[in-house]
Amino acid sequence: MRNGLIWDRGKRKTERADILIKDGIIESIGIFTTLPPTAEIVDITGCTVIPGLLDIHVHLREPGYEDRETIATGCAAAAAGGFTAVCCMPNTNPVADNQEVIQFIKDKAQGNLVTVYPVGAVRKDSKGDELAEIGFMIKAGIVAISDDGMPVKTSGIMRRALEYSRMFNIPVLEHPQDASLTEDGSMNEGLYSTKLGIYGMPSIAEDIIVSRDMQLLEYIGGQLHIQHVSSAHSVELIRQAKDKGLPITAEATPHHFTLTDAVIESFDPNYKMNPPLRSEADREAIIAGLKDGTIDAIATDHSPHTVDDKEGEFDLAKFGVTGLETAVGAYFTELVDKHQFNGIETLVELCVINPRKIMRLDIPEIQPGAPANVCILNEQKQWTVKKDAFFSKAMNSCFIDKTFRGYVIGVIGNKRIWLRDSTLK
Amino acid sequence: MAKQTTAFSRKHLIGLSDYTRDEILHILETARSFREVLERPIKRVPILTGITVINLFFEASTRTRISFELAQKRLSADTINFTANTSSVKKGETLRDTAQNIEAMKVDMVVVRHSSPGVPLFLSRVLKSNIINAGDGAHEHPTQALLDMYSLLERIPDLKGIRICIVGDIGHSRVALSNIFGLTCLGADVAVCGPPTLIPRHIEQLGIRVFYKLDEALAFADVLNVLRIQLERQGVGLFPSLREYRDQFGITRERLENFPKDWIIMHPGPINRGVEIDSDVADGNFSIILNQVTNGVAVRMAVLYLLSGREREQTQ
Repeated sequence: MRNGLIWDRGKRKTERADILIKDGIIESIGIFTTLPPTAEIVDITGCTVIPGLLDIHVHLREPGYEDRETIATGCAAAAAGGFTAVCCMPNTNPVADNQEVIQFIKDKAQGNLVTVYPVGAVRKDSKGDELAEIGFMIKAGIVAISDDGMPVKTSGIMRRALEYSRMFNIPVLEHPQDASLTEDGSMNEGLYSTKLGIYGMPSIAEDIIVSRDMQLLEYIGGQLHIQHVSSAHSVELIRQAKDKGLPITAEATPHHFTLTDAVIESFDPNYKMNPPLRSEADREAIIAGLKDGTIDAIATDHSPHTVDDKEGEFDLAKFGVTGLETAVGAYFTELVDKHQFNGIETLVELCVINPRKIMRLDIPEIQPGAPANVCILNEQKQWTVKKDAFFSKAMNSCFIDKTFRGYVIGVIGNKRIWLRDSTLK
Repeated sequence: MAKQTTAFSRKHLIGLSDYTRDEILHILETARSFREVLERPIKRVPILTGITVINLFFEASTRTRISFELAQKRLSADTINFTANTSSVKKGETLRDTAQNIEAMKVDMVVVRHSSPGVPLFLSRVLKSNIINAGDGAHEHPTQALLDMYSLLERIPDLKGIRICIVGDIGHSRVALSNIFGLTCLGADVAVCGPPTLIPRHIEQLGIRVFYKLDEALAFADVLNVLRIQLERQGVGLFPSLREYRDQFGITRERLENFPKDWIIMHPGPINRGVEIDSDVADGNFSIILNQVTNGVAVRMAVLYLLSGREREQTQ
């Protein structure tokens, strides 16, 4: 790759250089005057090279919901978004609560540029009181456990989950929602839900579970990770827990740091997700949390759905929006341009380093001898999100027709390269 | 026919939240002329001849549908009724499919009632027809609020500063929300009254007062709009029993007599006699409930006429 701006983790800045990769391993980095005659040259002038991103919250829908997405199409979407790795959630059909389903997922992902790290269910079928066979799933390759989509229902269950997880040193990923406070709800409870006649889900439904889980964490130990933080009060609770030194981490989605519930005046089901878009005060708290380290990572909660499930009646539409292909654009356009986030350096922190720390994975390096695991992006390029241009099978993005800056040009991983524009070669 | 200074330019009536004061008054002025038609021996004008209107009711409703149907027939429009007993999703046909079928039938105007908020707005985006919202979930029921305001203006010359309280299940009521939008637009001083479990927590941000005690509401208001209380709400813990609801919020002669005023009592119907309102109040001198029903046809005639675009072609 010729003439790129290569991220140097030690110096925390980019430097102009060429990279020579052979058989999927970085051979050398520098300014080359001569190249091996068999080398394929990719001109990346003006583009930045950082280690590949990891999205720790993705729904690949396979097995069971292949009309929405498959492992193959989900990984294509990940690559197009600059992600060389994803953690996929277990709410498949059947639920990924045993070794066999985990193995199936790993087998399906075999040979893909993108590495898939499966997350196993906490409970059998993500329901009831029995723990899933977490030990066997760890042997099959899970990196964490979660009942995402449903909160771990009672304090008693959450206690057991945290206790049992301590044996394996893996995080419990919590979707914090008190379901009894959110029945019939389709959006945030607030002025807009009142104006629109749509039943709301109050932010306290999230706060209550975050508070409960933090107290259990303090008592039991383990590692707790709060998924898709959407409420200002939750951010504050997490901040307090971190001040106490509790082993807690958190993530936030691009739609939660970009949009608020005001957009639902259009009744567009592409703005319907769980947890819902909330008020401006909540959005600002999330941004502040991402800035001061309270929230460790950006994770998209990529939730593909068919057109029929995301069109028509707002209250009947399914919850969820895609996000893999728009995360980088949302980061630059919203957080960097409007909130003075520190460009590439903070992107690497929020999407490369911290997600891997949470999952206890090695952080890919860009240095000679390391496997080539990189994201190539054009920081300056403006682009518009188009409904028919997604690599995902699904089109349910909340950013359709939005213009972003920051465009992924290509990714390299697992000895494979993907370039958005194949004429670059 | 009263000639308006500026022609009505809206294509749809989705809700009153974004209608202006002038637009609302224009509809009510037009309704006045049609109200006179309803007193004639031959209650028919040829204004919408050749126009086809479909009453697309996904949610059962006899009264509103009949009111619209009468309005359409009195204007000489051709009427079709479509009633679905369950939502199209449960039947397997998506809303988009239903809409595209209607589009293919080249219907001019669609009156739609649905249990999901936002459906009329969705239809207005996918169909070329005029869309009139006859009630979408707990969102809006604009023609009800318009006929409510019309009925008040029969008694009161101007709604500015008028103190009106809507009593009942506010949180599930499209009648309440449309009335709040319409009345505040015309400058009325609006309040809601009911148990806290039935009043949305953020409703004061719409510029209205909230009372949890009926006596406070009765001290404040000159007009009451009493909403039907539904038994289903008891089952989910919103109030303990209809008995207790009536004891706290029932509009009875005794409660009204504590505040001797020239009351105006309204109700969108159907009435649960002996629950939210007693018979002697509903049938008494203060009640304009039946006027609301009659006026409903006139107001709906006005809405159909104004949206159809025929007013622009009309000369007096």
